[in-house]
Parts: sequence; C-alpha cells; structure tokens
Amino acid sequence: MTVPPDEASGTAPSGVDADDSGWTAAIRGRLERRLPLRELLPTRQPYYVGSWVYVFGVITLAALVWVVLSGVTLSVEGPQWWHVSREGRFVNGLHFWSVQLFFIFMVLHLWGQFWGAGWRDGRAGTWMVGVVIFAASIVTAFTGYLAQQNLDAQWIAVNAKDAVNSTGFGAFFDVTNFGQMYGLHVMLLPIGVTLLVVIHVVQVRLRGVVRPLGAPPPEEDDDVTAAKGGH
Amino acid sequence: MDQPAPYVHWSFILISLPNLVLIGVMILLFVLALFAPFPGHRRSQRPGRRQP
Repeated sequence: MTVPPDEASGTAPSGVDADDSGWTAAIRGRLERRLPLRELLPTRQPYYVGSWVYVFGVITLAALVWVVLSGVTLSVEGPQWWHVSREGRFVNGLHFWSVQLFFIFMVLHLWGQFWGAGWRDGRAGTWMVGVVIFAASIVTAFTGYLAQQNLDAQWIAVNAKDAVNSTGFGAFFDVTNFGQMYGLHVMLLPIGVTLLVVIHVVQVRLRGVVRPLGAPPPEEDDDVTAAKGGH
Repeated sequence: MDQPAPYVHWSFILISLPNLVLIGVMILLFVLALFAPFPGHRRSQRPGRRQP
C-alpha cells in the first residue's frame, strides 16, 4: 500500500509508515482499532459493575493461576515427591483445593451470567466460549483424578472405563492408559483451558460487561473508578 | 477422613452430606453477592435518577 505524502510537509501522515502493507499491518491495525489498551486495562467501569456478582469471575481466574502454578510444580517434582514429602503433599493439597475453588467460583460466575442473561447484545460468543471452558475443565479435572498415581486413581479408571466405552470414545480416550491421561492432564487440556480463558477475557473486554436486566444505561459521571475505588 | 461420607436420601435424590453442604454454601454466597454492599462503589445521587 502506498501512503500519499502529506501535501504541506511532503511526509507520510504521523503514525503510519510508508511501507505499512500486507497481512501483518492489517492484523495490527485491526487489533489497534478493536483492542486498544484503554479497553484491555480499563480504570473505570460502569456503575453496575460495583457488585460482588462480578467478583466471581475474577476469583475463578485467580484460582486458575494457583492451579497452574501448583500443577507445574507437581509435574516438575513427580509423584514420589507429591505422595511422600511434606512439601509435596502440601503442594498436592494446594493443587486439589485451588481446583475446588476454581469450580465453585466458575459455577457461581455461571449462575450470575445465566440469571443475568449475559449473552445479550452480541455476547453469545463469550457465553459459548465459557460453556466450552466449563466442559473442558471437567475433562481436565477428571484426567487429574486419573493421574494421581494411587489406588484412588486406579479405582476411578476401572469404574469409568465402561462408561467411556459405552460412548464409543474408549478407543481414543482410554481412562486406564495412565500415560495418555497424564499427558492430557499436564499438557493438552491445561493449555486449551488457559487459551480459552484468555479468549474469554478478551471477549469480555471487547464488548464490556453486560448491563443488568432493567438497569438504565451508564452516564459519564456515573462510573465506578476501579483503580482508585478501593476494591 | 477415611470413612465414607454420610448420605442424604430423599425420594429419588441421593447426595452426600458434604456435597449438600457445599451447594448450600454456594447458594448462600450467591444471594449474599446479590445484596451485600460493594466497597468503594461510588454513585452520584442526582434527583430523578432511576435506580437499577
């Protein structure tokens, strides 16, 4: 693309390079238009965001951070460490309980969005990605129970195999195959869930938080100042 | 901790007591979140403004 020089100065318009062409520049321009940093990291939110209901999603994110951090530690140290040593058992417990909190607050977030019809005004994609995150999280947690390397894991695997086989997926998803379950749990599924969560958050930032049913539109001086509001 | 959890059996509903307590706590948290005042929530109260 050839950028015409400014007639007065004879230079290209500010902020645009003369060689701005191709798909790289197109993607950059699109991101700059749709995802400015002001939208990604806002310091002000509409008045209706001042509610504890909107905290559930953030707590879910915080729990996910702890799940990932403790999970990475467990995968580095291995089952001997997490079953026998005091520190290992602590991190194992941290991983387990952060997963519990992740699910508890994800469900509370789901309730809030369901009863508030969070898919309105062009947010259907955000809702659907959330649904997929929920489903993928269940599979991730299930493979986690199978990857514990103890009798509990074997018991769950042997009991679950018939149910999985009855769906026809047993040949592709073998719950008695520890290597497959462990690989899925520490690699593919967590990367998938994390990636989907990033997409979900960006989708929320693209359109903003949905206005509660019956709430009037926010006015300019009606905002909550998130950065200085003490929350 | 090594003992099986007690179960609540009512008609076709069969649920362990820990799960039932957890669901109750979650419902309580949700209701509290709906009505508990949010700290740092600033709103101008001009006359005639509709409340959400």
